[in-house]
Amino acid sequence: MSKETITLEVLRYRPEQEQEPTFQLYESEYREDWVVLDAINHIKDHIDGTLSYRWSCRMGVCGSCGMMINGEPKLSCAAFLRDYYPNPIRIEPLANFPIERDLVIVMDDFMEKLTSVKPWILREQEMPISEGEYRQTPAELARYKQFSMCMNCMLCYSACPVSALEPDFIGPAAIALAHRYNLDSRDQGRSWREQVLSTEEGIWACTYVGTCTIVCPVNVDPAGAIQQEKMSITTEWFKGVLMPWKGR
Amino acid sequence: MRPFVRPVPSTWWLKRRVYFLFILRELTSVFIAVYLILFLNLLYQLSLGRQAYEIYLDFLATPGMIVFHVVAFVAALYHTITWFGLLPNIIVVRIGENRVSSKLIAGANYVPWIAVSAIIFLILKG
Repeated sequence: MSKETITLEVLRYRPEQEQEPTFQLYESEYREDWVVLDAINHIKDHIDGTLSYRWSCRMGVCGSCGMMINGEPKLSCAAFLRDYYPNPIRIEPLANFPIERDLVIVMDDFMEKLTSVKPWILREQEMPISEGEYRQTPAELARYKQFSMCMNCMLCYSACPVSALEPDFIGPAAIALAHRYNLDSRDQGRSWREQVLSTEEGIWACTYVGTCTIVCPVNVDPAGAIQQEKMSITTEWFKGVLMPWKGR
Repeated sequence: MRPFVRPVPSTWWLKRRVYFLFILRELTSVFIAVYLILFLNLLYQLSLGRQAYEIYLDFLATPGMIVFHVVAFVAALYHTITWFGLLPNIIVVRIGENRVSSKLIAGANYVPWIAVSAIIFLILKG
């Protein structure tokens, strides 16, 4: 019995041999329990070893295998072939990023933006170890837990028209993670991060299209995080104007 | 390394329903801005005296102006309702570990909106 197959239209870019990307058709084996990443791995192993792409965990944890699948930013390990079969599937590198090779994007700019908000616990003064750990109640954990789920897969940047049109925009994931640490009871870096967040490249660039939240594979809600930062920074600003003696 | 940057087409907002609805929401502000200019002019004409005011009222009663006001009203409704739909994602109220339900947050905006609208309607009717 001949095996069932599915057509994958994959965007290829080999800078040493072509000026711009072109689509290449591959006929991959089709299995009902395969995801797009399985088909791409099958192509790499059996059809064309020159195809380049990123992947690691195959289970929606690492955030490496994000691609545009029929124009939608998705984790290719979570997109089942059966949802597209028997139609061909168009696979492109994540939108709004420069293409390095084939499905591999250049993420240096994202890494810089991410580190610019210092997404880690900032303390004015560290507590001595002898005083024990920083303790947190379940309610304090609940405030930021949703935003801590971000795995830097960058699907939100691919879905965001502001990121497309204004390349300096810090972007959904970086702001969501800044918000995550701002909400953490152990953190004291809010006013420091505000200098990066409350700028035209930060929260004020966001026009709340909301697509970042729609495509997020782990329900982080970056759009909500950005608007919540706008709310809290505006509230703090008004407090400073109305009650200058209180300081900030 | 020679990275390839893909251009953003000017029709990007037609690519997704969400983008289109977003642009539609942004466009509603144009109608609301024009409405406010007409309204400010109404107050100005009132300050000029009865005759100027009545001439302006006649202008507002022309078919073109009535159509504009109906469109501006629909635009205002669309903007308000979509905005109230987004508010629960922005206003976070927590009781212990749980977030207050989004319906309650949205409802808390609808109730004063409808109440104020009803009061204005009653004043105008009276």
